[in-house]
Amino acid sequence: MTLDSKVPGGPIADRWERRKFENKLVNPANRRKYEVIIVGTGLAGSSAAAALGEQGYRVKLFCILDSARRAHSIAAQGGINAAKNYRNDGDSVYRLFYDTVKGGDYRSREANVYRLAQLSVNIIDQCVATGVPFAREYGGLLDNRSFGGAQVSRTFYARGQTGQQLLLGAYQSMLRQVDAGNVTLFPRREMLDLVLVNGQARGIITRNLITGELERHEGQAVLLCTGGYGTLYYLSTNAVNSNVTAAWRAHKRGALFANPCFTQIHPTCIPVSGDHQSKLTLMSESLRNDGRVWVPKTPGDKRPPDQIPESERDYYLERRYPSFGNLVPRDVASRAAKQQSDEGHGVGDTGLAVYLDFRDAIQRLGIDVIKARYGNLFEMYERITADDPYKVPMRIYPAIHYAMGGLWVDYNLESTIPGLFVLGEANFSDHGANRLGASALMQGLADGYFIAPYTVANYLASASLAKATTDDDAFKEAASTAQGRLDKVLGVRGKRTVRQFHRELGRIMWDHVGMARNEAGLKKALQSIRALRDEFWQDVTVPGEKNNLNPMLDYAGRVADYMEFGELLTLDALHRNESCGGHFREEFQTPDGEALRDDANYSYVAAWEFTGVGSPPVLHEEPLVFDEVHPSQRSYK
Amino acid sequence: MSAKTITVSLKVWRQPAKDQPGRLVDYVARDISTDMSFLEMLDVVNEGLIRKGEDPIAFDSDCREGICGACGCMINGVAHGPDPGTTTCQLHMRRFNNGETIVIEPWRAKAFPVLKDLMVDRSAFDRIVAAGGYISVSIGGAQDANGIPVPKADSDHAMDSAACIGCGACVAACKNAAAHLFTSAKITHLALLPQGGPERERRAVRMVEQMEAEGFGNCSNEGECEAVCPKLIPISNIAKMVREYTRAVWKGVGV
Repeated sequence: MTLDSKVPGGPIADRWERRKFENKLVNPANRRKYEVIIVGTGLAGSSAAAALGEQGYRVKLFCILDSARRAHSIAAQGGINAAKNYRNDGDSVYRLFYDTVKGGDYRSREANVYRLAQLSVNIIDQCVATGVPFAREYGGLLDNRSFGGAQVSRTFYARGQTGQQLLLGAYQSMLRQVDAGNVTLFPRREMLDLVLVNGQARGIITRNLITGELERHEGQAVLLCTGGYGTLYYLSTNAVNSNVTAAWRAHKRGALFANPCFTQIHPTCIPVSGDHQSKLTLMSESLRNDGRVWVPKTPGDKRPPDQIPESERDYYLERRYPSFGNLVPRDVASRAAKQQSDEGHGVGDTGLAVYLDFRDAIQRLGIDVIKARYGNLFEMYERITADDPYKVPMRIYPAIHYAMGGLWVDYNLESTIPGLFVLGEANFSDHGANRLGASALMQGLADGYFIAPYTVANYLASASLAKATTDDDAFKEAASTAQGRLDKVLGVRGKRTVRQFHRELGRIMWDHVGMARNEAGLKKALQSIRALRDEFWQDVTVPGEKNNLNPMLDYAGRVADYMEFGELLTLDALHRNESCGGHFREEFQTPDGEALRDDANYSYVAAWEFTGVGSPPVLHEEPLVFDEVHPSQRSYK
Repeated sequence: MSAKTITVSLKVWRQPAKDQPGRLVDYVARDISTDMSFLEMLDVVNEGLIRKGEDPIAFDSDCREGICGACGCMINGVAHGPDPGTTTCQLHMRRFNNGETIVIEPWRAKAFPVLKDLMVDRSAFDRIVAAGGYISVSIGGAQDANGIPVPKADSDHAMDSAACIGCGACVAACKNAAAHLFTSAKITHLALLPQGGPERERRAVRMVEQMEAEGFGNCSNEGECEAVCPKLIPISNIAKMVREYTRAVWKGVGV
């Protein structure tokens, strides 16, 4: 299989324009003849449904939750980048493109990133027109703030709820198409398989999560907008229902999975407090603007923080990175915190935390200024930990936050299965090996509002599509595979709960395939994952039946897929003998402990082909060519 | 603050399916860390039930950080429990005492039928928003974002209303099971912005009529909704909705 990225030729700034012109169109009168299936209702799914519905296609839109509005895009806090240059501080499309390629540690496809930067401008216009209440200045115009990895102020925000407001904007635009009869909603449905007819994506099998019924849906194209796989690690900042199942089952039907080992770890999360914990809560990166990160100099020092004198504190980020200090990028800050904890300097009951201290900022600026800037975050912190961060330093620790990897797509966002498009976090995307803050929202909306509507139309206009119905053998086979899987997991009737297995898997992943990885640990993880997967199929217990509402059965299917996917992620991490972005291999670092890329050997996208559970996947490489941004070593000293 | 462990008694509404009778069932939740969230406590209870071969308690939840609006139940008769401005997932067990009995029930409203245990069907909310709770602007044709100045006070006020998470606590707390706070928050958000102006009357009339068609009750100004709203959305939104609706009717706008 040769991976054809289908990037148009010509100057980078003209490529998307050229592709739009090359694309074939569907006559408005004919669009109603096409049915498009969209799975997922986050920013990518809702905006794609709104756009395709508006063009006149019949859209069937699926989500696992009770309402489209609850998709996890809603939890994004900080903001969305756009190259508007409203601050007159030197921003441009080219600069946003450059920052994103560099921030991704030179592991993304230049043409895609450039298009993303171009579209960022239209996204803000569209969102404002649909009523998103972005923060404004007294003159009535839009406000901006700064974010990590950039030297310009280009982030638009709606308090600490930017994701919520953008998602509700897309959700409302999508509901307008429901109102117009162009989009049909299917809430509380989980995609269990992808159906291929003549090698083309032609439908999906879903489980109705209320009745338990397996349903067959036919269409002429399928769009997966199903988000990332952070919950593989059990504890993450992702919502508890986020999962890899739709993407993984499409992978098993032939879609290649790209760069799964590129996972992002966010440095400022509330630490784990005990085994009962179900998820981790992110505290906005903006806290590092005023908070100072430190640990006690003496390992194992258990004194309360206010009894540790200044001379016995190590402000290790300021010490190691004098020019960026506490504002180093996410991957660097995360690794440093882990290193301190590993060396015994960690604080709190578990020792897996570092202090983020606002004492000096409060002394300098006064408590009112700090309250105005971070009041809601401090409240949230106190609610969860019962500590008052105005008096006691916050304890923070890194947590899994975002998946840069995902299903491989070409420039048209089409996977290796014709007619299967993948949008948003679910694709391997534009972020390379590390995503900069405020760019996930940008990508979700670019893919859904502005890219897929053109490329899906081109596919429908040019593909030769056979007549298919849900009675075809392909649908029967996929439905019976899904049914067999449900029966199998219900039939084990073992002793350990799904949650126990999920937690054990998450611990293996976090310990060996987390913030810092090495060959021995990865090999050990592979063994442990395989052993745990065997135990799962012998000893898991799932209560209830398949023919009614059974959340534990749904959960069991997702964890079973993670037992397979975790192995692929680990293999990818093991094969990539370099450090880049979120993928840090301890063997490959500079003398002062920074990530050491190997551009000569690993400047490619690793796209994996499924060959069977437990059987080695086949690697396909898409070489990355950098015509515009010359790869260099990132330094924040 | 270090955690301690407590034991609490639970009375949980168990109902196998939509059209079947339900009842309160007693459980004991032992050795609960006060650092746990309320839903993590239910997770622990469920793990115990599964190990005993019993059916776990069904409830909705997703983000577990108070923004998605999926979770919510009546805790000792109060929607989302005792802490103001707090969703069920953000409520922590340190709020409860050792030996306390906690009664846990689903939202109760005709327009929110119980699906199982604590899970209810809130799709009526989606249908209310689909009845005009949007701005009709086609994708791709928008003018420059700064071409529409909005006074900061209006924008901030719109944001206060737009903060609604659609959890349904307002309906559950209302003795009439009215959806006025939810519906009015969306109407207010869009009516305050110039972009929402052209459809203002039509939107108000359609959304209010859909709300009534869904079987929600009427508003009798008790303010229970405001008291339990996890996002502290005030009932002044309802006054705004009534004004928008009346204005539309006076202007002769029908559907």
